[in-house]
Amino acid sequence: MTITLNINGKDETVDAAAGTPLLWVLRDHLKMTGTKFGCGIAQCGACTVHVDDSPTRACITPHDTLEGSKITTIEGVTGGAADAIRSAWIKNDVPQCGYCQSGQIMAATALLDENSNPSDEDIDAAMSGNICRCATYMSIRRAIKEAAGDL
Amino acid sequence: MFLHDIGIIPRGDKKSEPNPDASKITNLTRRGFVVGSSLFVVGVTLAGCSRYEEPKIDPDSLDLPAAGPSPLTEVKGGDATPALWIAIEEDGTVKITCHRSEMGQQVWTSMAQIVADELDADWENVEIVQAVGHERYGDQNTDGSRSVRYNFHRLRLAGAAMKQMLEEAAAIYWKMDPSECEAELGKVGNSQNSDTLSYGNLAKVAAKLQVPEEKDIAVKDPKDWRYINKEIASLTIPKITRGEGTFGIDVDIPEMVYAVIARPPQLFGKTGAVRDEKALAVPGVLQTVKLPDATPPALFKALGGVAVIGSDTWAAIQGRNALEIDWVDGPNASYDSETFADQMVQTAKRSGTVRRKRGDVAAGLSSADSRVEAEYYAPHLSQSPMEPPAATARWDGDKLECWACVQDPQATRQTLSDLLEIDKENITVNATWLGGAFGRKSKPDFVVEAAIIAKEVGRPVKVTWTREDEVRHGYYHSVSAQRMEAGLDANGKCTSYLHRTVFPPIASTFAPGMDVPTDGEMGLGATDVPFSMPNLQVESGNAKGHLRIGWLRSVSNIYHAFAVQSFAAEMAHAAGRDQKDYLLELIGNARNIDPADEGATYPNYDASIEEYPIETARLSNVVNVASEMAKWGRSMPSGHGLGIAVHRSFLSYIATVVEVAVSPEGALTIPGVWLAVDAGTVINPRHTRAQMEGGTIYGLSNALFGEITAKNGAVVQDNFPSWRVLRMGEAPRAFEVQIVPSNTAPAGVGEPATPPAAPALTNAIFNATGHRIRKLPIIGASGSRLSLPTEETA
Repeated sequence: MTITLNINGKDETVDAAAGTPLLWVLRDHLKMTGTKFGCGIAQCGACTVHVDDSPTRACITPHDTLEGSKITTIEGVTGGAADAIRSAWIKNDVPQCGYCQSGQIMAATALLDENSNPSDEDIDAAMSGNICRCATYMSIRRAIKEAAGDL
Repeated sequence: MFLHDIGIIPRGDKKSEPNPDASKITNLTRRGFVVGSSLFVVGVTLAGCSRYEEPKIDPDSLDLPAAGPSPLTEVKGGDATPALWIAIEEDGTVKITCHRSEMGQQVWTSMAQIVADELDADWENVEIVQAVGHERYGDQNTDGSRSVRYNFHRLRLAGAAMKQMLEEAAAIYWKMDPSECEAELGKVGNSQNSDTLSYGNLAKVAAKLQVPEEKDIAVKDPKDWRYINKEIASLTIPKITRGEGTFGIDVDIPEMVYAVIARPPQLFGKTGAVRDEKALAVPGVLQTVKLPDATPPALFKALGGVAVIGSDTWAAIQGRNALEIDWVDGPNASYDSETFADQMVQTAKRSGTVRRKRGDVAAGLSSADSRVEAEYYAPHLSQSPMEPPAATARWDGDKLECWACVQDPQATRQTLSDLLEIDKENITVNATWLGGAFGRKSKPDFVVEAAIIAKEVGRPVKVTWTREDEVRHGYYHSVSAQRMEAGLDANGKCTSYLHRTVFPPIASTFAPGMDVPTDGEMGLGATDVPFSMPNLQVESGNAKGHLRIGWLRSVSNIYHAFAVQSFAAEMAHAAGRDQKDYLLELIGNARNIDPADEGATYPNYDASIEEYPIETARLSNVVNVASEMAKWGRSMPSGHGLGIAVHRSFLSYIATVVEVAVSPEGALTIPGVWLAVDAGTVINPRHTRAQMEGGTIYGLSNALFGEITAKNGAVVQDNFPSWRVLRMGEAPRAFEVQIVPSNTAPAGVGEPATPPAAPALTNAIFNATGHRIRKLPIIGASGSRLSLPTEETA
């Protein structure tokens, strides 16, 4: 089935089976591989994108429910919070392997968009759905606070 | 086109243009390190001088001396011939080949720091080329925390030799003596005038010159290091923040189709009848492929089963869900990890094989004033990197090319050659970025699967492991049972120490029936115990493997450090002494230890014991440094406790202090961790600190939650709810790392923070609650708190 999705401000025509999660449409059909597969069951956050500005797990979100929605991925996320997060991520060398970091950045950006001065508890609540096996948690917490200060 | 960006990464945050030849370094001849072509003239304004226009050098116009073969092909560490490692383009870009796999330890950056420092390259011009798997690079096995240790010397030589050749090229052009020419930051200047020649301009001349001999190469004095031991920013991270860079699972090549595999639930189970009609009816499913059944030994073979090929990954997954397969029991059908644990504990109660012996432990124990005994158990674990295994294979006639997130592309190539019976020369293995590895990706079974399926399908195939595949069909960290006994004198001082360890060895994966712990594994925290008591004995007991047993970050050090460092604290408690003071007493006087003096066969991480001795002074020092950082001995709020552990592994010395807070209901948090590390010469302090945090939390995660079990031969857990890992809210609130300054030879940093984490944590829990944990995990997959003993038992 062919539908049109608005991704990073651009209309993309997609021909994928009904019910195919957005994750695989992005990765396999549109070759946008910045959004990662980690668990397939919304447990790890590696696939986090924004749908109408809300952090969303692409691995369990059927792409054909998203017609008319604004989808933002790591490749296209911009704005004050995204810029501050990217810059704090680079300055603090937050990522190690980097695989989960697209999802971490999308989750952290959504957090700062909602809350420009998050407490430790706010960070725990917003980020505990994003697993990092390299355990960059300490650096993520530092960088979110630094990015909040830069907003 | 495809994989355009795995090889090259720009400085700073600028975007790189796709470079289709990024990974094609095979055309470089040994001495032909010049690539690139564009005409380029550098204009430089020198302070206080008129504008200086650098002349364009024509190498053919110069009378160059004849050059012979490189004398650096067999220096310590391997081949240091500059052309193998460095390519300088005319625009000044310095391409440094990294033959190790980048998996988050920032090896691209550290290898480049070493070369660029001695080359005196301008860091802004450095780019990385990821090497394919090939013997010419020497060891490429990116495990064992040894990338820096193995390559520090030869990469310094390669950079310094290249710099000397550039200086010599400038001297020839200027008709000066080389001693009058000096390279600095990508240019060569001279002592007669203010002219300079850029590396990009000189490279073609330098390429034709004789590579110097090792004795004639001057590496820098460490005080002159520009990049080594400096906090250089990562070369990969700017790309990561934009979702760029290619991991194994991201590979995309033309005509590629997607595969997932239904594997037999048991190791060496067989595939019986297959009914694939419903799978083939799933939209996007193209075909199914039955893989050959696996037979012992496991090696890096494909596990068998049935592959479903789809036009995208989702179709393949849906097709797999619709498969109907009659699995046939194999030799591990009766394996039950709970029953097996009981058997291992029984084995640990009986005398084992003596692996190291000092004095007379039996006599010492029987004459001791008091005795301490304890048994420890630690379960199987899964490495679970965030990127599950994934590999892409393409056949062109009898030629095979693979792209995969492998820790050792060279061993991958050899494995493909052995198992598919094809000439190695016909195989190319490209290492992508690795989305974590932790030992899982040193086993290239998933690349073998891709190669088998691609051949059958007749198209390029990407095999993706789902998380369930990764958790159920791994190469697991070995399960272990250990028994410790100690005899104390009237003052509580330990006089006799017995450590008996029982675990299925990794060798069981490679040799059927192999059940004897190997010297290598015994040397990971058991036979290298640094204690000073007069009677000491280390024994092993045998255990068979029923799952594939493999390496996991720090390997046997995990369970050995857990038992040894827990038991040190138990002895301290029995003696009524402070844990830290007692630990220092167990370590004893400053001395070097060689376990071979007491009958151990001790590999010392494949390093010579002369170059990397076991130095108790360094152990004691990190204990003292970490204790001071944590303010050991401070008064603690109710429910809080500090615990300490120290361990030498991968030739580094690390002491860790953990603070826990346990509520009356048993809810556990970790307010702080303080860690002191002595890893010899450190290439990048900020990335070393990152490995200390990451390695520690990896260990805390395993200790708190990690457990892989098996029933009827099949692994029970399947994804992150049942295979639980530590999350943001559970991480320590504060984490301080201190790197002990050292100019000794570099040691490992990727793994050694993991072993002391678990015993520091359980020792802290004991000090907070009086509850001693001897069986891991502490909380488990579904728990939310410690199960504290009743008051009578506590």
